[in-house]
Amino acid sequence: MLLIEDLQVELAGRTILKHIDLEIKPGETHVLFGPNGSGKTSLLMTIVGYPQYKVTGGKIVFKGVDITYAPIDERARLGIGMSYQRPPTIHGLKTRQMVQICARSDVDVEGLARKVNFENFLDRDVNAGFSGGEIKRSELLQLMSQGADLMLFDEPESGVDIENIALVGETIARLLEKECSATATKSRLQVRRDRTKMGLIITHTGHILDYVAVDKGQLLFNGVMSCSTNPREIFRCISEVGYEECVRCTIENS
Amino acid sequence: MYDREQLKEQAAKALDKKAPLGPDIDLMGFRTTSESYEYLSDEELKTLPDEEVQRLLLAGVDVTEEGRGGTFFQKDTSVIHCESKQEGIEVIPIRQALEKHDWIRDYYWKLASVDADKYTAAAETNLHNGYVIRALPGAKSIYPIQACLYINTNGLQQNVHNIIIAEEDSELHVITGCSTSPHSKKGAHVGISEFYIKKNAKLSFTMIHNWAEDMVVRPRSVAQVEAGGLFLNNYVCMKPCRTLQMYPTTHLVGENAVARLNSIIVGSPGSEYDVGGRVYLKKPGTRAEIVARTISNGGRIISRGHLIGEVPEIKAHLECKGLIIKGGLIYAVPELEGHVDGVEMSHEAAVGKIAQEEICYLMSRGLTEDEAVATIVRGFLSVDVPGLPPQLKAEIDKAIEMSEKDVM
Repeated sequence: MLLIEDLQVELAGRTILKHIDLEIKPGETHVLFGPNGSGKTSLLMTIVGYPQYKVTGGKIVFKGVDITYAPIDERARLGIGMSYQRPPTIHGLKTRQMVQICARSDVDVEGLARKVNFENFLDRDVNAGFSGGEIKRSELLQLMSQGADLMLFDEPESGVDIENIALVGETIARLLEKECSATATKSRLQVRRDRTKMGLIITHTGHILDYVAVDKGQLLFNGVMSCSTNPREIFRCISEVGYEECVRCTIENS
Repeated sequence: MYDREQLKEQAAKALDKKAPLGPDIDLMGFRTTSESYEYLSDEELKTLPDEEVQRLLLAGVDVTEEGRGGTFFQKDTSVIHCESKQEGIEVIPIRQALEKHDWIRDYYWKLASVDADKYTAAAETNLHNGYVIRALPGAKSIYPIQACLYINTNGLQQNVHNIIIAEEDSELHVITGCSTSPHSKKGAHVGISEFYIKKNAKLSFTMIHNWAEDMVVRPRSVAQVEAGGLFLNNYVCMKPCRTLQMYPTTHLVGENAVARLNSIIVGSPGSEYDVGGRVYLKKPGTRAEIVARTISNGGRIISRGHLIGEVPEIKAHLECKGLIIKGGLIYAVPELEGHVDGVEMSHEAAVGKIAQEEICYLMSRGLTEDEAVATIVRGFLSVDVPGLPPQLKAEIDKAIEMSEKDVM
């Protein structure tokens, strides 16, 4: 479980996240909506542990461990993984090697790559000259290899062409154990209840909702978590009246 | 027998001539004689002491000769092994070639000038030995020939002259390792190399330096590539060395000749490296690429590159990238010279640090900070060399990997 309580974060001396509360239970996936600059990526980077995002209040607890000030690699090894929107290029490091790094042990790189149609990129330097869609598939491949329990997706559908959007959506659904079917010993419901993978997805377009069953939508506005409800509901509201109106409606409701 | 009288006269006049680049070295401070060593058979070569074998491996020289097409091994002033195992490829000590083969006159000091500076002069005045490696017309080397220049005696100045000839349509791969013995810290190495790549021939020459803290190194190399020829020159130096200065020059004299020069240098504290590459593009269709990767770990590195386009329809690119990890200095000097309309030349130079963003990215995949830095450095040093046989690529990677712990 991920538990964030009253989190306050500064970036370069400016407060960018205020009083954030968030709880993601095992098996749950949330989406994060919000206009540009509202702090969505900052929240993800803070959970991952980027040192420039300074926590000035509150705490982050993951699997019962207080990780508020833990270094990035410790969080990664505890099971937090991130699919970046614009990851850096690492020259001379092949994508194949990166996938092995993520696994921390032997892994069937080719087999995993096949799942995201990425075999032809394994011998290219990580992110070197990748298009938007290629970056997304590369990030998903790394996440598959990493086997994280909490996965953070920063706009996984941006820059992805119409043909690959289904591939990306279905891969995320699989990573988050959304496809479940009954087994000999367990009913479908039981399998669903046993799910442990957690997800937090930033989306602008909402396309991802067509592929991934999401439990909750969160709206971040000006660094404040402003609404938490049915994701489709939030998305419809934003589409119709815009972020600001959408926030006002929740303030009036509360 | 080639008496070289005229060459010796020329050399005598240049014995005090300072080189334009690099600190001036007083060569009087070194001895020029050493004891002589017995010739070793293949079997005896394998019985070298383990610590020497390890030093040699760091320079890409494998005494088991596994995956090698032949070996030339010079210890101080003596040739202790010299043999080719491949048909069509000759390996001869240069003194023997000068004594027995008239054709050597067409190559010896024909590209490099004997009176260029005191080092070239010294190499002629007191030539110890060196190798001639020659691929006969059409011969294709399957395995690389390994050549080793080894300094065993502390304080020795080793003077060698090497000539490599890839005859028409041949393919030749050479890996040269230069190393000092584990006990010898001080010395000087003066090495003249002349490369002849004839029509449609291909030569890959990989040099790995594994010197010691108080070594003075002054290689002098010139290459000539004829029409359709390909010259791949790789240089790796990741070990300390008091001062190393070289500026190998390549002349592309035939249409569509290609040269690719790659160098990887790690500058250790107390070491000074002044290394560059220069390519003259003299015929249409010629192409040249110089790629330098330098890391300063507290040492001083001057990374030079000079491309000279003399005719239209040539293409040349220079890439100088430096990373300062633990202090030191990196001075990148890229130079482009276009003499006519229609040349296409570019350069890209950067000196910087490891990006925090890249470290964090790798850490978020589970690597510790140290592992992340090591991974980025390894990537930075890994240069893809198109046309290099995978085995040689593996050899370079191995040399880098073995030296990596010193870098971190």
